[in-house]
Amino acid sequence: MNTKSMIGFAVSLSLAMVAAPSQAGDASKDLDAKTAMIVKRDFRDKGIAKATRVEQDELQAACSKYVDNLPKKLKAKLEAKEAEAIKWPADGKFMGDWKAGEKLAQSGRGMTWSDKEGDPNGGNCYNCHQLSSSEIAYGTIGPSLLNFGKTRGNGEDIQRYAYARIYNAKAGNACANMPRFGHMGILTEAQMKDLVALLLDPESPVNK
Amino acid sequence: MNTNQICRAVMVLALSTSLTAVAEEKAVTDSDRIEQYREMISDGNPAEFDEMRGEELWKTPGGPKNVSLEKCDLGKGPGVVKGAYAEMPRYFKDTKMVQDLESRLLTCMTTLQGIPEEQITAKPFASEKKESDISSLATYVVGQSKGMKMKVSTKHPKEKEAYEIGKRIFNYRAGPYDFACSTCHATSGVRIRMQDLPNMRSSKKDAQAAYTSWPAYRVSQGLTRSFQWRLNDCFRQQRFPEPKFASEATIALTTYLAVSANGAEYVGPGLKR
Ligand code: HEC
Ligand code: HEC
Repeated sequence: MNTKSMIGFAVSLSLAMVAAPSQAGDASKDLDAKTAMIVKRDFRDKGIAKATRVEQDELQAACSKYVDNLPKKLKAKLEAKEAEAIKWPADGKFMGDWKAGEKLAQSGRGMTWSDKEGDPNGGNCYNCHQLSSSEIAYGTIGPSLLNFGKTRGNGEDIQRYAYARIYNAKAGNACANMPRFGHMGILTEAQMKDLVALLLDPESPVNK
Repeated sequence: MNTNQICRAVMVLALSTSLTAVAEEKAVTDSDRIEQYREMISDGNPAEFDEMRGEELWKTPGGPKNVSLEKCDLGKGPGVVKGAYAEMPRYFKDTKMVQDLESRLLTCMTTLQGIPEEQITAKPFASEKKESDISSLATYVVGQSKGMKMKVSTKHPKEKEAYEIGKRIFNYRAGPYDFACSTCHATSGVRIRMQDLPNMRSSKKDAQAAYTSWPAYRVSQGLTRSFQWRLNDCFRQQRFPEPKFASEATIALTTYLAVSANGAEYVGPGLKR
């Protein structure tokens, strides 16, 4: 090898080293784009579940792209945005009827294509959380909420906290696995208050 | 009622009685119950009736062209059924696509037998009222891979691409609940109500056990269900719209899950709650 070809070799080697990561990045971007195209094309309306449901909002897109591991800055930005969009009860009250809340927590109905237009949505809470000691068929995707009010108290701050969590769990943790019940219009304000009462009322089975 | 139906009815009755009996005890998960059940009926799985039905459909001339499916190429040559499912999805030269078992059966039924595609895809899943030919055929084919090791290739660039896209769809969050497959299937040891959820993202063991036990006879429904059905029903629970039957999205997702199960013995058709 002469000097010239050695230099040429070194240059092309370093170029290759620089180029490699960006090539991988391009391939990944192409796959992202292709995935988006396929998802858009391959789903169709069924009952109340319209094909447009596959369109992602900013938060869903980010959590998918980063596989639920957002860069710090982006995470903070998205959480702030979600928090800002929380609509607080106009009357400033957070506690509803825990008995209605328990019924909602038990119901896993709602928003699938086998549910009917106008059917009331449930809260699905027991699908993911332990809530009372009497209900043993509870899921474990979310933390146990047994004795939630007993351990956290039931003052105004914790009422606001519980309401915010239910309204938009992503305001506290952008890629949390809990749905945004208020933000996405799954539950009404009155229903969310009933659930706050279920969590915090001393008479509720959660705290018994 | 023919003999098959009677046998099935009796078996379902026996199974569902035992299910409720066990259900009254305390915190047993559905997996525990299915285990008990499996022991009870160690000498049979009602899916066998569907396998038999599928075998007959495979071998009997049918469709406008009145030919059987015995020339159907599932990847190991025309007519080779043995071991075919353990290597699917795979790339097919004739269609220039990666295909899962059901999309490949669709190709064979339309091209060899001349059955119009819409006639098959309009109702691809069995119901209480009507059996599904394509599902029964699938049950037959998977039964011929029982005991074989899963060996799904990602060598062809299209196979690799399907795997990568499938992985992305697995993590694709959307809809009113922000759910993706990963919401329910990427954490170990969790459940929804009493149903254990396999972690198909990071537990090889879970991914293998989940994939290799489908298609399966579902006791709660009294029907044998295909893998396309399994995906369809999980998309329903995910609050997504309906995936088109045998679409590229479903094939990519199946490729991702099948490759994750590589190395495990295929044990289906399975038996589920
Ligand atoms: C799909 C599963 C899922 C459903 C359904 C669900 N949650 Fe959650 N929930 C979670 C997860 C996961 C967390 C932890 C969130 C995080 O990562 O920050 C959580 C957290 C919470 C918290 C905060 C707990 C704490 O210690 O501060 C509350 C309160 C809560 N959920 C209430 C509810 C209520 C009420 C319902 C029913 C309306 C509900 N959840 C439905 C998954 C779920
Ligand atoms: C809301 C939660 C949820 C989501 C989201 C979800 N699944 Fe499931 N999945 C379940 C439940 C619950 C079961 C157990 C099924 C049963 O017994 O009815 C299950 C079972 C399965 C099984 C069979 C496991 C076995 O061992 O039998 C596969 C495979 C599967 N899901 C794949 C998927 C895929 C792929 C997606 C994304 C399209 C998905 N799931 C989305 C809840 C979910």
